[in-house]
Amino acid sequence: MSARKKDSEITWQDIDLGAVIRTAGNAAEYKTGDWRSEKPTWNKDRCIKCGICALFCPEGCIHHDKEGYFEADYYYCKGCGICARECWTQAITMGPEE
Amino acid sequence: MNKTAMTGMEGSLAMAEAVRLANVDVVAAYPITPQTHIVERLAEMVANGELNAAYIPVESEHSAMSACLGSSAAGARTFTATAGQGLELMHEVLYVASGLRLPIVMGVANRALSCPLSVWGDHSDVMSVRDTGWIQIFAENGQQAFDLTLCGFRIGENEKVLFPVMVHIDGFHVSHVVEPLYLLEQKQVDSFLPPFKHPFPLDPDNPVTVGAFAVPILYTEARKSMENALRSTRPFISYVFDEFAKLSGRQYKPVEHYRTEDADTLLLTMGSYSEIAMEAVDQLRDCGEKVGLIRIRLWRPFPFGELRQAVENCQTLVVLDRCISPAGPPGPVCSEVKAALYSQKKRPNVAGFIGGLGGRDLYVPEFIQMVERGRVIAAQGGEEIEMIGVRG
Repeated sequence: MSARKKDSEITWQDIDLGAVIRTAGNAAEYKTGDWRSEKPTWNKDRCIKCGICALFCPEGCIHHDKEGYFEADYYYCKGCGICARECWTQAITMGPEE
Repeated sequence: MNKTAMTGMEGSLAMAEAVRLANVDVVAAYPITPQTHIVERLAEMVANGELNAAYIPVESEHSAMSACLGSSAAGARTFTATAGQGLELMHEVLYVASGLRLPIVMGVANRALSCPLSVWGDHSDVMSVRDTGWIQIFAENGQQAFDLTLCGFRIGENEKVLFPVMVHIDGFHVSHVVEPLYLLEQKQVDSFLPPFKHPFPLDPDNPVTVGAFAVPILYTEARKSMENALRSTRPFISYVFDEFAKLSGRQYKPVEHYRTEDADTLLLTMGSYSEIAMEAVDQLRDCGEKVGLIRIRLWRPFPFGELRQAVENCQTLVVLDRCISPAGPPGPVCSEVKAALYSQKKRPNVAGFIGGLGGRDLYVPEFIQMVERGRVIAAQGGEEIEMIGVRG
């Protein structure tokens, strides 16, 4: 399948034989963030930097920021709320997606 | 065994012999009547060292086709066979084989479907897998079971094709009948059938993602790509039939004619009943009736052009279906034939009959009855289901 075309520009003639994918790692291009109806936000006053949110995130999209606090990559975050549920200190709040 | 002289052989064993001569790498199969003799013979060949292949005795037909996917994707020449309920059980995997463009060859000993339970022949199983994206070829006797299995490997594995192929033989009427037939020498088969090379085989040094999911923005393009590829195999299939004729002297065509010259009425059949229909045509011709026979050899990709050409000068076309589409149009073959002719300015009246279900024999009188009754109902243009040979 053509490596660098956007999905919306791929024609049926671009599809490789058997719809095999010859380039590795392009699942990363797939934006799952637009599934989100609720969005997690972090309250740094309550966060103890334990990282349990990152451990539990099923999408693997929570990571450190420069100060060692945690944040989600909203390109992938589906808004499942598991991070908020697991957080010891209730530092994460789920709010409506705007 | 002298391969150039005629020999008596059961249809199933003739197919197994073709698979041995094709020197397959993998056979993954589950026995089911009336296909059992094919894979039983292949298992025997592997056990006796007559065939150097991996024989995988799987636990179901679903597993058989799944194992075939893996072996074909690895670049191995792969064969399986099934029938009836077994074909139904592997149904969902059949789409994967064609979607992944894996040239597995499968013998199908066509069989009725339950309920009521029947192990005997008809085309109910075939018609349920019509849209799986496989190339589908109908053999009508043991010789054709042998020949078309070899053609199946050559067609499917070509780089311009790369599609799985079903070779249909009617359960019992072909699978279990001993007929005189010509085999081929190993060196003849070797010259006809080059080694199989898949362009994207499973290979750790050149990894590819096989069987990925497609989001809605891509699925349509993937299906169009596959459909176009299957449709585009038509010229190559005819080319292989021609190449096989050079090798064997036996010429196959997507649509075959029998005594169709100046015919006002044509019978249309698929599979083993074609031979009885030929006998009926001979008898009617002897009585001065202008009747001929059209046989569909290639069911998928459907031979639109050849069919239209074959029937353009007849007034009545009488189609036999060995499958019933309950409460639908009268017979899948008849519906497809009608659909193929709808756009034609000059087209015959078409009558559809359903018969030969669950191993019921049809003889010459039934075919003569279909011609006579067909001329009447085709002119009326009705859609009611006409069954032949049914009591009551």
